[in-house]
Amino acid sequence: MTSSKKELAVAALRNGTVIDHIPSRALFTAVRILGIEGLDTSVTIGNNLASERLGSKGIIKVADVEFAEDVLNRIALIAPDAMVNIIRDYEVVEKRHVSLPDTLVGIVRCSNPKCVTNHEKIPTRFIVSGHGADVRLRCHYCNHTVSGAEAATIQ
Amino acid sequence: MKSRSLVAIDQIDKQELLDLLARAQYFEAHPNSKILDGKVVATLFFEPSTRTRLSFETAVNRLGGRVIGFSDASTSSTSKGETLKDTIKMVSNYADIIVMRHFIEGAAQYATEVTDVPIVNAGDGANQHPSQTLLDLYSILKTQGTLEGLTITMVGDLKYGRTVHSLLMAMRHFKPVFNFVSSDELRMPQEYLDVCEREGIEYHLHTEFSEDIINSSDILYMTRVQRERFSDVMEYEKVKNLYTLHNAMLDGSKPTLRILHPLPRVNEISTDVDDNPKAYYFEQARNGVFARQAILTRALGIDPLKL
Repeated sequence: MTSSKKELAVAALRNGTVIDHIPSRALFTAVRILGIEGLDTSVTIGNNLASERLGSKGIIKVADVEFAEDVLNRIALIAPDAMVNIIRDYEVVEKRHVSLPDTLVGIVRCSNPKCVTNHEKIPTRFIVSGHGADVRLRCHYCNHTVSGAEAATIQ
Repeated sequence: MKSRSLVAIDQIDKQELLDLLARAQYFEAHPNSKILDGKVVATLFFEPSTRTRLSFETAVNRLGGRVIGFSDASTSSTSKGETLKDTIKMVSNYADIIVMRHFIEGAAQYATEVTDVPIVNAGDGANQHPSQTLLDLYSILKTQGTLEGLTITMVGDLKYGRTVHSLLMAMRHFKPVFNFVSSDELRMPQEYLDVCEREGIEYHLHTEFSEDIINSSDILYMTRVQRERFSDVMEYEKVKNLYTLHNAMLDGSKPTLRILHPLPRVNEISTDVDDNPKAYYFEQARNGVFARQAILTRALGIDPLKL
């Protein structure tokens, strides 16, 4: 595959946000967490693209929207290597990794069936500890603790 | 104003624990007064627990307060489908403080987030039961004269037993030595061993309930091993009698040793222990009233020592 064909897969963006290096299996969850379904600006989503680091990756390009940092960090659990590019007038003006916040609100479902968050309409809240593969999430309500890999996401 | 709710024992620091224990001591000396005169205490028991409810209600009555509430969710609007939030908001209009017990874990924490009325957690499923822990601490203080530097042996179900987890968290302030005696299947969870490591607390894991361990102990904290905790029934049959305390096992123990149990007991303490002066589990329950008087007055911002 030539490089020009590679670029064709993802059209250039004048203004907006590009989120790259999302693991393929996490792509649509990331779309949901970021609320991209509800946007009316142009959105390009690519998935199962070749990636040296991830094997297979997804990418999201959203025109005319710059997401707040805390919104983007909400995908850090499922896409820890995601790279955010802020584009203004075709130029990348900012490039940074997402980072896992200290608390995750409304993203992860508590796997304890007796937890109050599975019985009342309230956003879940998890306290994050550890890094990388050792990430642990403790439910603020029932204290049930799971590893980052075990956590099931919701929205 | 700082929230005076009490949801979990590890929310409060050493100083506050000592303050609560001083209050409990005061109430043991002065169990009856009128310091809650004019106060209404709601006891909301979404799950029946007669022992805990009577203890809280006795605590209120002895201090001259009034009690409203229910002892079973089937007699409340919960049975009509009312959410916990709505029940708490409604009761908040009537009561100065809410004591609640729920089978849903995290219910008390959530309640503190929907009302400004102080919440006292009287047990939320397998999660937290801070008044039990405070009465355990008070029992230890009363029988040993100190909380510092004691050897505490916990026996039985250390995996699911919330009382032993909370007791560990509360005792971590007082430089204890812990013995954890259980089958492999019911051993103390790693997160609590990590707490000990972090705080530099000496602990020993045992699968055998030996007299050497008993003889080195200041406190024996016995818990019930429940059949339903075992994935393998054979395993339960194998271990169910290994962690039973018999009177003869106490022959070489310290004269000051005391045996605690959160009750109800089944067969983990043989009845021949009951008449041994080292058996403390029945008096332990009596301390619950003083501990709860301490918790209620703290939650209401009333200091009996300064009245």
